[in-house]
Amino acid sequence: MDLFLDILWIIVKIVAIVLPLMLCVAYYTLAERKVISYMQVRIGPNRVGPRGSLQPIADAMKLMCKEIILPKSANKTLFLIAPMLSIGPALAAWAVFPFDEGVVLADINAGLLYLLALTSIGVYGVIIAGWASNSKYAFLSAVRLGAQVVAYEIAMGFSLVVVLIASGSLNLGEIVMAQQGGWGFLNWFWLPLFPIFIIYFVSGVAETNRAPFDVAEGESEIVAGFHVEYSGMTFAVFFLAEYANMILISALTAIMFLGGWLSPFHGIPVLGALFDWIPGFIWLLLKTLVVAFLFLWFRATFPRYRYDQIMRLGWKIFIPITIVWIVVAGFAVVV
Amino acid sequence: MTPEKILFYVFATILVLSATMVITRRDPVHSALFLVLAFFTSAILWMLLEAEFLAIVLVLVYVGAVMVLFLFVVMMLDTNKAAMRAGFVKMMPVGLIVAGVMAFEMFLIVGPQYFGLDKFAMPAPHPADYSNTEELGRVLYTVYMYPVEIAAVILLVGIIAAIGLTMRKRPDNKSLDPSEQVKVTKGPDRIRVVKMASEIKQEAK
Repeated sequence: MDLFLDILWIIVKIVAIVLPLMLCVAYYTLAERKVISYMQVRIGPNRVGPRGSLQPIADAMKLMCKEIILPKSANKTLFLIAPMLSIGPALAAWAVFPFDEGVVLADINAGLLYLLALTSIGVYGVIIAGWASNSKYAFLSAVRLGAQVVAYEIAMGFSLVVVLIASGSLNLGEIVMAQQGGWGFLNWFWLPLFPIFIIYFVSGVAETNRAPFDVAEGESEIVAGFHVEYSGMTFAVFFLAEYANMILISALTAIMFLGGWLSPFHGIPVLGALFDWIPGFIWLLLKTLVVAFLFLWFRATFPRYRYDQIMRLGWKIFIPITIVWIVVAGFAVVV
Repeated sequence: MTPEKILFYVFATILVLSATMVITRRDPVHSALFLVLAFFTSAILWMLLEAEFLAIVLVLVYVGAVMVLFLFVVMMLDTNKAAMRAGFVKMMPVGLIVAGVMAFEMFLIVGPQYFGLDKFAMPAPHPADYSNTEELGRVLYTVYMYPVEIAAVILLVGIIAAIGLTMRKRPDNKSLDPSEQVKVTKGPDRIRVVKMASEIKQEAK
C-alpha cells in the first residue's frame, strides 16, 4: 500500500512538471512567431484572441482534428513509434531538473550523466522517422541529423565534464550551489568557463536542430526533412519534442552556467539586500527565458550553415577547445 | 516477492526477448533497433544493481553513439532478402551443429554450477549517499592507473589507424578550406576596376 501511495505521489509530481512544461512549449511557439515577426517588421499572428494570444490553442486544436496519414510504403509500426521516441527523452530529462533548492523529482547523484544520456537517445526518433517514412527527403534528413548530433554530442559531453570538474559534482543541485559566492553573478560559471559556456550553448542549438544548424529540415533542399510524411498529431509531437528540448537546453544553460536559482545580486552590498526576497524559482525562470529568447534571435538573424562547415565547427574547433579547457580547469581546481 | 525482484524478472524477460528478436528478425534495421532495446534493458538491470554510472554510460555510449552510427550503415545497406535466405535448408545442419557445440561450451564455462548465492554473496544495499561514480573513479585512477592509461593509448592508436586508413585525397573532392576562404582581401586579387568611356547617348530616330 505504501508503495502504491509512493507511486501515486510520483505521478502527481510528474503531472505538476509536465503540464506547465507543455503550456510553456505552446506559448514558446507563439513567442517564436511574434519575436521573429517583430524582428522582420511584421505583426505576426494577431487574429485568435487578444493580440494572437490564443493562437497556440487554435494550432493544437487544428492539429488534433487532422487526419494522421500513413504512407502506403512506410513501415507502419516504426512510423508511429518515432514521434513517441522523440518526445519521451525530452520529457524524461526533466526528472532530475532542480527548480529550486531541493525542489526536484529525482535527486540522483549522477544527474548530469543522466541528462547527457537522455539527450543522446532523443535522436532515435528522427532517425527512425527518416527511415520508416520510406521517402528520400526524410532519409537524407535523418542521415544529416544523425551525423550532426553525434558530432556535437561529444563537444557537449566534454563541456559538461568541465562543469563537473569546476563544481566537483554530477548532481545538478550541487552544481548550482557550487556557483554561490560573495560576488553575485560574477561567481557563476559563465565567467571562469566562458568558452565552455559558449560551446555548450551552441552545441545545444545544434543538438536541438535549430537555426542556423537546421540542415535536417532545410526547406530549400529537402522540403521539411524527417517529418515530411507526417501529418496531424504525429507531426505535432515532433514539434512538441523540438520545443521541449529547446526549453530544456535553455534551462540547463541557466543551471550550469548562469547560477540556476541564485540571485544575481546575492552578496553585493545594497543591491543584494534589495533583491534577496525574490524566490529562486523566479530567477531561474527569468534566466531560462533569456536563453530561450536567444534561440529565437538566432533564427531571425543567422543564415543556415553549410553542412561541411557544421561538421568542421563541431569536430575541428569545438572538440579541441573543450579538451584544452578540461586540462585548464583541472589545473585551476588542483592548484 | 520484493518489488526489485519483480522489476528484475520483467526487465530480464524483455532483455532475453529483444536479444532473440535481434537474431530472428529478417529486416536488419529491426534487428539493430532490438539491439538498442537490449542495451537499454541491460542498463536498467545494472541500475538495479546500484551501478548507476555503468548503466548510464552504457546508454550514453552504446545507445547514444555507437548504435546511431551502426543504424546508419544498416539503413543504407541494400539487403537482398531472397539472396540472404538462399541455401537455408542446405546450411541448416552445419549451423545447428556449430550452434550446439557453442551452447555446450558456454554451458561448461558459464553454467549454473558457477553461480548462486553460495558462490557469490548477495551485494549489500548501499546507503543513499553512496556514489557509484565516485567509487569507480577512485579505483580507476589509483589501483588501476596503469591499465587505464594503457587502454587509453591503445584506443588512441586505434583511432589514429582508422583515420590514417580513410584519409585520402579524392581528385573529385570539391571541399573548400575555410581558412583560405576568409583570407581574401578587397585588393586587386578580387576586384579589377576597368576604365572605359561612358556611352554616347543615342539619338531617337
